[in-house]
Amino acid sequence: MSEGIRFLLSEQIIELLSFDPQLTVLEWLRTEARRRGTKEGCAEGDCGACTVVVGELHDGSVRYRAFNACILLLATLDGRQLITVEDLARRGLHPVQQALVDQHGSQCGFCTPGFVMSLFAMYHDKDRGERPGRAEIDEGLAGNLCRCTGYAPIVEAAREVLVQPAADHFTNRRDLIIRALEDIQPVTAAHVQFEGRHFFSPRSYSELSRLLVEYPAAVMVAGATDVGLWITKQQKRMEVLIYTCNVMELQEVTLDPEQDRLEIGAAVSYTDAMDALSGYFPDFRPLLSRLGAVQVRNAGTIGGNIANGSPIGDMPPPLIALRARLLVRSAAGRRELGLENFFIAYGKQDLRPGEFIEKVLLPLPGERQLFRVYKLSKRFDQDISSVCAAFALVLDGGEVASIRICYGGMAGVPARARGAENALLGQSWSRENIERAKSAMADDFEPLTDWRASSEYRMLAAQNLLQRFFLETTGSETVQLAAKAQAR
Amino acid sequence: MSRAGSGKQTPVVHSSVAHDSAIGHVTGEAVYVDDILEPAGLLHVYFGASSCARGKVRRMDLSRIEAFPGVVAVITSKDVPGKNDISPMHTLDEEILCSGEIHFHGQPLFAVAAESREIARRAVKLAEIDFEEMPSILGIDEAMEQQSWVAEPHEMKRGDPHEAIANSAHHLSGELRTGSQDHFYLEGQAAMAIPQEKGDMLIYSSTQHPSELQHLVAQALDKADNAVTVEVRRMGGAFGGKETQAAQWAMIAALLARQTGRPTKIRLDRDDDMISTGKRHDFRIRYELGFDDEGMIEGLDLELAALCGMSADLSAPICDRAMFHSDNAYYLPHARIRSYRCRTNTVSNTAFRGFGGPQGMMAIERIIDAIAAHLDLDPFAVRMANLYGGEGRDITPYHMKVEDNVLHDLMPELAESCDYHQRRKAVFAFNAGSPVIKRGIALTPVKFGISFTTTFLNQAGALVHVYKDGSIHLNHGGTEMGQGLFIKVAQVVADAFQVKLDQIRITATNTGKVPNTSATAASAGSDMNSMAALDAVNKIKKRLTAFAAGEYGVPEDAIHFIDGTVHIAELSKTFAELVMEAYLARVSLSATGFYRTPKIWYDRETARGRPFLYFAYGAAISEVEIDTLTGENRIRRVDILHDAGRSLNPAIDLGQIEGGFVQGAGWLTMEELWRDDSGALQTHAPSTYKIPVSADVPAAFNVRIWEPGENHEPTIHRSKAVGEPPLMLAISVHSAINQAIASLAPGRSLPKLDSPATPERILMCIQSL
Repeated sequence: MSEGIRFLLSEQIIELLSFDPQLTVLEWLRTEARRRGTKEGCAEGDCGACTVVVGELHDGSVRYRAFNACILLLATLDGRQLITVEDLARRGLHPVQQALVDQHGSQCGFCTPGFVMSLFAMYHDKDRGERPGRAEIDEGLAGNLCRCTGYAPIVEAAREVLVQPAADHFTNRRDLIIRALEDIQPVTAAHVQFEGRHFFSPRSYSELSRLLVEYPAAVMVAGATDVGLWITKQQKRMEVLIYTCNVMELQEVTLDPEQDRLEIGAAVSYTDAMDALSGYFPDFRPLLSRLGAVQVRNAGTIGGNIANGSPIGDMPPPLIALRARLLVRSAAGRRELGLENFFIAYGKQDLRPGEFIEKVLLPLPGERQLFRVYKLSKRFDQDISSVCAAFALVLDGGEVASIRICYGGMAGVPARARGAENALLGQSWSRENIERAKSAMADDFEPLTDWRASSEYRMLAAQNLLQRFFLETTGSETVQLAAKAQAR
Repeated sequence: MSRAGSGKQTPVVHSSVAHDSAIGHVTGEAVYVDDILEPAGLLHVYFGASSCARGKVRRMDLSRIEAFPGVVAVITSKDVPGKNDISPMHTLDEEILCSGEIHFHGQPLFAVAAESREIARRAVKLAEIDFEEMPSILGIDEAMEQQSWVAEPHEMKRGDPHEAIANSAHHLSGELRTGSQDHFYLEGQAAMAIPQEKGDMLIYSSTQHPSELQHLVAQALDKADNAVTVEVRRMGGAFGGKETQAAQWAMIAALLARQTGRPTKIRLDRDDDMISTGKRHDFRIRYELGFDDEGMIEGLDLELAALCGMSADLSAPICDRAMFHSDNAYYLPHARIRSYRCRTNTVSNTAFRGFGGPQGMMAIERIIDAIAAHLDLDPFAVRMANLYGGEGRDITPYHMKVEDNVLHDLMPELAESCDYHQRRKAVFAFNAGSPVIKRGIALTPVKFGISFTTTFLNQAGALVHVYKDGSIHLNHGGTEMGQGLFIKVAQVVADAFQVKLDQIRITATNTGKVPNTSATAASAGSDMNSMAALDAVNKIKKRLTAFAAGEYGVPEDAIHFIDGTVHIAELSKTFAELVMEAYLARVSLSATGFYRTPKIWYDRETARGRPFLYFAYGAAISEVEIDTLTGENRIRRVDILHDAGRSLNPAIDLGQIEGGFVQGAGWLTMEELWRDDSGALQTHAPSTYKIPVSADVPAAFNVRIWEPGENHEPTIHRSKAVGEPPLMLAISVHSAINQAIASLAPGRSLPKLDSPATPERILMCIQSL
């Protein structure tokens, strides 16, 4: 085990031996590093004013992704490169900065460094030959709030600058940066200790299992999109943090051809899961593109979204509808359970001390399976669902051979609408039977009223989403608003 | 865009110069309050708040806080040496730190100074407080029943509305509710207080109103105003939310700086900012009206009830402005407008872009839509028919004559250039073939009065220095919150001196330089501060001209400042050369400037006057679609034509129009403040309170400044104010959504869609058809 962390601040090696394991990158930047270009707008990863870019070695090169510095733990930068708004202007403005100036893309300017960094990440995201579409720009900027401009000039700036393949200081010096990153790659588990509190970053199952035995009360943290808020909002003190994202096996997405299933490591980020999942289930892409925003999807993990037990996480409903199972591991061994059984009650999951979620096991779709997932929220992008509905249906000669309907937001846990399912199973897939199933659903749930939606709305919308699913599987009429409704 | 007719060549006014801080914004070098390098010994301040809507503190034990390592001082209301008051209009109804009865959930009770912000925030959680809860009023209906006011009701009346309504061929009555809105400035409230000798205080604050903040801090410290200096270089957004709401935090910081003798800083966490600072007023609107077969309004009786929260704050002028705008652009021959200012046990609502105007306009635009639905007319036709104009149809309900209405030209131009009529037919055709998705389209106008309706506030000051080298230091009482005020005033000054913009240093607003300023508000910032700065420039130019005339023996009218050069008859000198000569000849190169808006007055007793110098106009067409199964909605296309007069800076003005519209659309569709039964706000962060993101702005977002626009009043270069009016263009979105819902039940009365039109409200409105 090695003490402390090393990372690149742009190109300068920063070595920190002892610091508060809960210290966020934003706090460190603004207080220790006195880099105050990066702003705090919300301290919960929802406004993007603190967006920074983190570079890491990937496939022999360096990959740049945007993160919310406010809930990014400094200790997790070990072996990575941190780039902030101060690093962009060298001899003159960076192209993304120049584009924003040219388009009058800033007014009060407080959100601007965050937009600059999101645009910078997009600029380095892929080799470009043509202008990005509006939907791609919107997706890249959904995690950055601006209250002044109405976004039009920022979108114009993106359109203007995201045309050429990246050519800037960072591409010019890519080889140097890669070598510098290689030099600081950790080989063993990292440990940070500060006033009796610890941060561990294990690199294997065995190390992780051992640490969980040694520190049974430890808090496991992956992307910190939840734990970060315990720090910034609740001022919670955690004695031991165990970071799971450097455990290589937890980062893998593999196909098990024998079992005909996809195996997704618990620490796979939403971003990385998106391609794998949407390859088999195209509906996951529009759903995941609305789960948080880029900065959150780069940090948050599939396992985290399950392990936190939230009744409104967006991954469990579709995964349960698709008969996903969990592989759970501890020093004592492994066990497998159906994902729907993992959620026992609100705030209570089937995870014993010392156990961690290793993988999500997802059966590949049968040829005849019809699958849809719908999300309702006050704002279309980057909002938490009021209702999330997932449907997996197999029809046999016009009759329902199997159906699984799972909802988020309707109960204390993600839950199947068993009454509705039973009303449909073995019946013809018809308008009358859908109406019967909608009525049956009224007994399946007693949804809550809160700020996201009333109980009445949740029930009515949940019923209507079943109707939407029916209409989509039977007719050609338009039954959904275009994802980004634009009169083109 | 054409320039003012000075015949000069430097195209600095009316040109799209970038924001003066644009490069600072994109590089992160622009400094906000929390970015200022702290003086040594700085303490961090945080506060603790009530957790009941109304009640008494039975016991408050702060001993665990005092004992917490790193805590240096704890204060309560007892530690305020001067006045424990933050009320901006001297109503004495809101304290810095609560001393007795608690009036809302989230009201500050005590404050802590500690060695770090983390320590201060952890420490405040250690307070042990027992409340004795008392019955509270949380909503407008309860407040109206109990006649619970923060200010007396006000009435405007013209003609005999009751008789007019009784005699009308058609009658309608209805109710509409509009929701509150959080400013969601990206930079939260922040202030730093640095003690000076003799107990004086230097304050850096993110405030729209440095002079008021100066006075309130002085008052709390029991000092004269001259003991306090307030400086603000820029705000990270404000929108009205830092007009009065910035003061309390600066005062708390100053009290702790005084107590400890050390510099202090406070920066609110987003959640606490949203919980403990005021927002836009919720309104309950009730109307009764009579109209003829063509949809012409004959009589209107309107009741506007506003949720003001626990104190008056600026609610009286806000409610007045709602009344002043409940005609919007339409002539009301007989009207009574009554306004009730409800006191509730919620955070005190405050200024927010539009300042009551948006709620007033929502009322009349709903009424127009209801008339159109009732008579099965195109709402556009009803709007055109009711516009101000024509014989005897130019007097407002507050008896001001409308002299500058441009909507008879602007609205048809927008409708024709954007195919309103064809698109409306296309919407009907689409709806006929689409059972689930429905579309709607609406064109709504804006007429917004410019000037503070409290007449004395319409004054501004500036300070201009010319240094020996010809460089210019510009200062005025206006504050920069992103709206581009500083660059606009600099453009005016550069044009007047005929120098390049980069010769002018725009400097932070500072109460030591320009005193007794009004808030940068009411859209009037550039109108007033540009005029004040121009006055100062003209004084210096006059002295330079007199000097040059005497020195070179030429008449003053032979001296011209053109494009960086001063022409003295046949002789020409650079501006800097003449300045140096004037300095050596002991000519003063510094001047103050002043401006008071002419013509305006308002008599509250009789509810008559001319509260506005002029009106700003605009119109928008919005096309939307809704999902009738879920209530989800999207804006498909927006077209805007807005009158900015002869725009001082079209790029800046375009930014105000676009940004204002999107902020208005957020208010009317997705931004929802939700309190639980105990009065606690549950949507207090961007995770739960959703403002628009880029995908909410349609690709087809066509915004134009109206080319023929020219202020008929002699404002600065004939420009018009543009900060607030565009927000109300978004009413077209709400109207279009209502049209989409109405398509489900043709021939029936207009659906009762309240605001914000969230998926839930839309679906429930559909259910109620």
